[in-house]
Amino acid sequence: MVCTSNQQAQRAYLKRMGISMAVYIAALFTGEYLLSRDLVDGPVVWLLGLLPGLAIVGAFYAIAKLITETRDEFIRMLIVRQTLVATGFALSLATIWGFLENFELVPHVDAYWVAILWFLGFGIGAVSNRITYGAWGQLR
Amino acid sequence: MKNRLKVLRAERSWSQQDLADRLEVSRQSVNAIETGKYDPSLPLAFRIAETFAMSIEEIFTKD
Repeated sequence: MVCTSNQQAQRAYLKRMGISMAVYIAALFTGEYLLSRDLVDGPVVWLLGLLPGLAIVGAFYAIAKLITETRDEFIRMLIVRQTLVATGFALSLATIWGFLENFELVPHVDAYWVAILWFLGFGIGAVSNRITYGAWGQLR
Repeated sequence: MKNRLKVLRAERSWSQQDLADRLEVSRQSVNAIETGKYDPSLPLAFRIAETFAMSIEEIFTKD
């Protein structure tokens, strides 16, 4: 999609994010329902296990496309800055936790928490933008 | 980098939104450039210069 304005890039972003979240929720509930009742097995379990993660990949794709389609260079810089804060935050915590887990100092945490940390970092990046540049960047 | 954006805008009685519309950027961008928090790229600096019918050097100066 070629976006001719920031509003169009925003609309495309919200649409992509909305679809990703809808697929995520549907996949999660469907998987939980079918697996808890032992209604599926074999390759279908793999498919059900992959779907929620792929939906979150869709959310990352939506943010990547927002960066490439946003024409306003200042806003684009803010969003890139947010993703850098998010990536640094998530990878740092995941690495520290991983070593602590290795030394049996903390309990095991499922790997998908890295994505949750990333989105938390994305919010922290918006606050950082606001403090540094007077504008939030991307909040939704 | 310093700039005279606020003065030039005031001389024309333009709001930040008016200038943002002319440059096809957000009001936040104009505010960030005006307050020196963000230095525009060369293409945007040229667009700003064209909008005010001036040269880049007449609008932007080194600190």
